[in-house]
Amino acid sequence: MTAIPILDVQRLTKTYRTGAGELNVLKEISFSLPQGATCAILGPSGSGKTTLLGLCAGLDRPTSGSVLLNGDPLADMDEDERARVRNQHVGFVFQNFQLIPTLTALENVTVPMELRGDRAARALGLELLQRVGLGDRVAHYPTQLSGGEQQRVALARAFINRPKILFADEPTGNLDAETSSGIIDIMMELNRSAGTALVLVTHDPDVAGLTGRTIRLRSGEAV
Amino acid sequence: MHPSFIWKMAWRDSRSSRRRLLVFSISITLGIAALVSIGSFRNSVSQAIDDQARSLIGADLIVESSRPFKAEEEMFLRSLGAPQARETRFTTMAVFPAGGGTRLVHVRAIGGDFPFYGTMETEPASAAREFRDGTRAVVEESLLIQFGARVGDRVRIGDVEFSVAGAVHKMPGEASAGASFAPRVYIPLQDLPATNLLKPGSIAQYRNYVKFPASADVEARVKLIEPEMQRLNLEYDTVAKRKKDLGAALENLYRFLNLVGFIALLLGAVGVASAIQAHLQQKHRTGAILRCLGASARSTVFVYLLQAAAMGLVGATAGAALGVAMQRVFPAILNSLIPLPISTSIAWEPILRGMLVGFAICVLFALPSLLRFRKVAPLLVLRSSTEGDGRGGRSSFDPLVTVVYLIIAGSVTAFAISQTETWTRGLVFAAVLGLSISIFAGMAKLLIVLVRKFFPHNWSFALRQGLANLYRPNNRTLLLTVSLGLGTFLLLNLYLSREVLLAQFRSIDAKDQPNIFLFDIQPDQTRGVADIVRSSGLRVIQEAPVVTMRLSEIKGRKTSDILADPKRKIPEWQLQREYRCTYREQLSNTEKVTEGEWIGRVDYHPGDAVPISIDKDIAKDFEAKLGDELVFDLQGVPIKTRIASTRDIDWKRFQTNFFVVFPAGVLEAAPTFNVLVSRVNDANESARLQSAVVAQYPNVSALDLTSVIQTVDAILSKVALVIRVMSLFTVGAGLIVLASTIWSGRYQRLRESILLRTLGASRMQIWKILCAEYAMLGVLASGTGIVLAVASSWALARFVFKLDYAPSIWPLLVAALAVSGLTVIIGLLTSRGIGSAPPLEILRAEAE
Ligand SMILES: Nc1ncnc2c1ncn2[C@@H]1O[C@H](COP(=O)(O)OP(=O)(O)OP(=O)(O)O)[C@@H](O)[C@H]1O
Ligand SMILES: [Mg+2]
Repeated sequence: MTAIPILDVQRLTKTYRTGAGELNVLKEISFSLPQGATCAILGPSGSGKTTLLGLCAGLDRPTSGSVLLNGDPLADMDEDERARVRNQHVGFVFQNFQLIPTLTALENVTVPMELRGDRAARALGLELLQRVGLGDRVAHYPTQLSGGEQQRVALARAFINRPKILFADEPTGNLDAETSSGIIDIMMELNRSAGTALVLVTHDPDVAGLTGRTIRLRSGEAV
Repeated sequence: MHPSFIWKMAWRDSRSSRRRLLVFSISITLGIAALVSIGSFRNSVSQAIDDQARSLIGADLIVESSRPFKAEEEMFLRSLGAPQARETRFTTMAVFPAGGGTRLVHVRAIGGDFPFYGTMETEPASAAREFRDGTRAVVEESLLIQFGARVGDRVRIGDVEFSVAGAVHKMPGEASAGASFAPRVYIPLQDLPATNLLKPGSIAQYRNYVKFPASADVEARVKLIEPEMQRLNLEYDTVAKRKKDLGAALENLYRFLNLVGFIALLLGAVGVASAIQAHLQQKHRTGAILRCLGASARSTVFVYLLQAAAMGLVGATAGAALGVAMQRVFPAILNSLIPLPISTSIAWEPILRGMLVGFAICVLFALPSLLRFRKVAPLLVLRSSTEGDGRGGRSSFDPLVTVVYLIIAGSVTAFAISQTETWTRGLVFAAVLGLSISIFAGMAKLLIVLVRKFFPHNWSFALRQGLANLYRPNNRTLLLTVSLGLGTFLLLNLYLSREVLLAQFRSIDAKDQPNIFLFDIQPDQTRGVADIVRSSGLRVIQEAPVVTMRLSEIKGRKTSDILADPKRKIPEWQLQREYRCTYREQLSNTEKVTEGEWIGRVDYHPGDAVPISIDKDIAKDFEAKLGDELVFDLQGVPIKTRIASTRDIDWKRFQTNFFVVFPAGVLEAAPTFNVLVSRVNDANESARLQSAVVAQYPNVSALDLTSVIQTVDAILSKVALVIRVMSLFTVGAGLIVLASTIWSGRYQRLRESILLRTLGASRMQIWKILCAEYAMLGVLASGTGIVLAVASSWALARFVFKLDYAPSIWPLLVAALAVSGLTVIIGLLTSRGIGSAPPLEILRAEAE
């Protein structure tokens, strides 16, 4: 493993300009995550967790400060370059799954590979669905799957490109305890076997306990 | 992104919406069908013209004169070789002695084997030959029907009674029956002198038909003899010339039909644009996910561009197929106006062109929404609440979208110009279209602002919700107002313009206006005819002498030189026509002097320049001012004149109006005939007067306005039928667009409705909310459309036809009710299911 941290966040600040004045959502957050490490972001609702995650994944632009993803400064890239970085290095899991409703489970999983024109997509997709326990649901559409099943499809999709880092925003927020621990187990297992770094936003202290480090946010500040 | 993924994604993503996209693609189908069918029709007509060119005039060359051929001319004609045939044409009264019926007819006295090409079709077929043997006539069927006459009955023309040998169905070189004021009567040329109808100065046309040997190059021969014909002042007609004239006349028809088709296509394009916009609005989340997974903005746009292109292709193909089927309709309607049988065959060129235009329009109109789609932020995936509002920076200025709008405006203008084939008309068409679109958009914006500002907080919940839907995010107010309004405007405009045209003709028959016209009265018969009119209890409204002249010089230039000048602006017909001039001391009540001085009488010495008064539009065509000289040729005698005044003539009045009026004291000795204008109150009175006059003066002809109106009506109703068929395309396209815009809007309302249902709203309440919203939209759109249509047809009536115009109210009310009603009905139909199905089911099935 190289010495470059997979994620390096420096003095990250995000301010929203609203009708009622400026809203300082993140205030000078700095942290660094080595390759293959795991990290939980904890904090009350509205403290800026999602905002931070979005900035780290290059989905949004900070007001000030910088994010280096695998050593590359996100701020210097244009939207399409950031999209390529996301495709190559980043996986996502969301609280509300965000599967494409018109695609089957398998098709959803293979999207990131097919985006690159990779012909092995189908085989790998099937294998990943097998691994998350959905080998018999490949041709089903998202509406035909339960929440937990959808989240497992999303997980398979997140890992198909063997990303260096996985961002998960309350991945189990919509699921019951048993399903949740199943999902978390899969993530941890992939972290161990593939060396994928994990950034988890969660409300669950038990989940946070499983990660290597914890960042606590309160009204936009790391505490 | 890999190209294969774009295709795959476009195909897979369309799964849930394929049926819907298909329906949307139908929006352009009708427009394309219209263009293709017109194009194919045009193709078959020109094919028919080419195939049957020679039967267009029935001969290779027609030489014409308005006087009997002189010795010198006869010699020239003999030099053209055999076979030849003769025809004398004039208008006179035909009398059916059995029933006493009289009617103005076109007499065609034929000598020789005309037609040389094509056949004269009659019923019975033998009549076409037999009548030539003598004292027999072939007449148009309408004449027989009008007077209840049959083959074998007698018909009197002048002093000769002919027996009717049969009815004519088709004659090469003539349009079909019913296309002219007076039915035709064919008689043998050798019987003409015995009728005693043609006297010196009578208006008649003398024609000589020539057939060249089969191997001859007609064009070359005609070119060779052209100078001689010009020197002799003979007119001529050839197949090539006739083809050109026919082509020009048809060109106008195509142009008009094409514009109507284009409007249907534009409506369809608006439908496609709105469908794509709605489709994309639902795809924001998918777009954001794709972006999140690493797709570039361009590739996501390409996915949906492919879908739009596929829609365009399907719509265009369906349109072409429908158009090919439809092309049969036009010949069926128009065959009596076009002098050729038309076969329908499949021609690829118009089909491909129609498809191309349709496809291009479809993609072009989809582009603005597609381009905005590239602004969808991947951040959307983290914030589901912002999902519905993924307007992707619509409010911000996007130069690319602006460029696309400019391209759209440019291509619409270019198409309009190519259809009207004049810069100004095309630009006006496009400008009017652009203006009306901005008016509708402005109205929609205004409505949104007004509703917000003056929100009626004390209205019922349902009404308030419906009203608020007009300005909430994702509202369809702008789009529906523009497309519904534009549709209403265009349709109503077509309807009102027809009304204006008809009003124009009806105004002729207004009370106390003259409506019967006696002409060819010899000078010595004037008094006698006037006496007959008065003793029938009718008024002599106007009497005028008519002198026929030709123009030989304008401002010192010979008309033949002007004709040969390729840069001339004066229309050919105005140089070649016979000018029927009159002389009198006073202005009539249908004209006003616009410039110069009216001179009523002069003391004339041959060689003087006579001060005349001419119509102001003709003066403009001649580029002549007051004081300019015109020389007329009165049967070989030159008459010098000078323009002393110009007049504005009210041509709509059914009176004898004259382009050129001489002062009294000049033409009294010239060969003249007189006209007399009167008013009859009904058909009986008209028939009695005509019989009485013709009984005593067989050479006098009568033209009854009712027969003119009948003919105009017959022609108009045929044209109107075509217009109506074309409007059907527009109406159809409008309805489909209406349905598809509302249907695409339904998805936005769906979630809210479901949510309201979940919160306990009753089905009735949901219906009411939707009704309120759609009714408001319908009323606003149709109202604006009606105001615009009335304004534009008022302008047409006022400035083009110079009529006072008051549109009848009820069609407008019907239009307003129909559009609003249809909006609500289609809105509710497309929303059905919202009220009845369990919310969860709909959420799962449709709530992407
Ligand atoms: N586009 C925006 N404009 C203005 N304020 C925003 C915007 N997006 C987020 N915020 C504000 O930023 C703050 C942080 O939001 P964020 O979604 O990051 O919180 P969170 O920690 O993820 O909360 P939760 O646990 O509820 O998801 C909130 O107060 C929110 O209102
Ligand atoms: Mg959050």
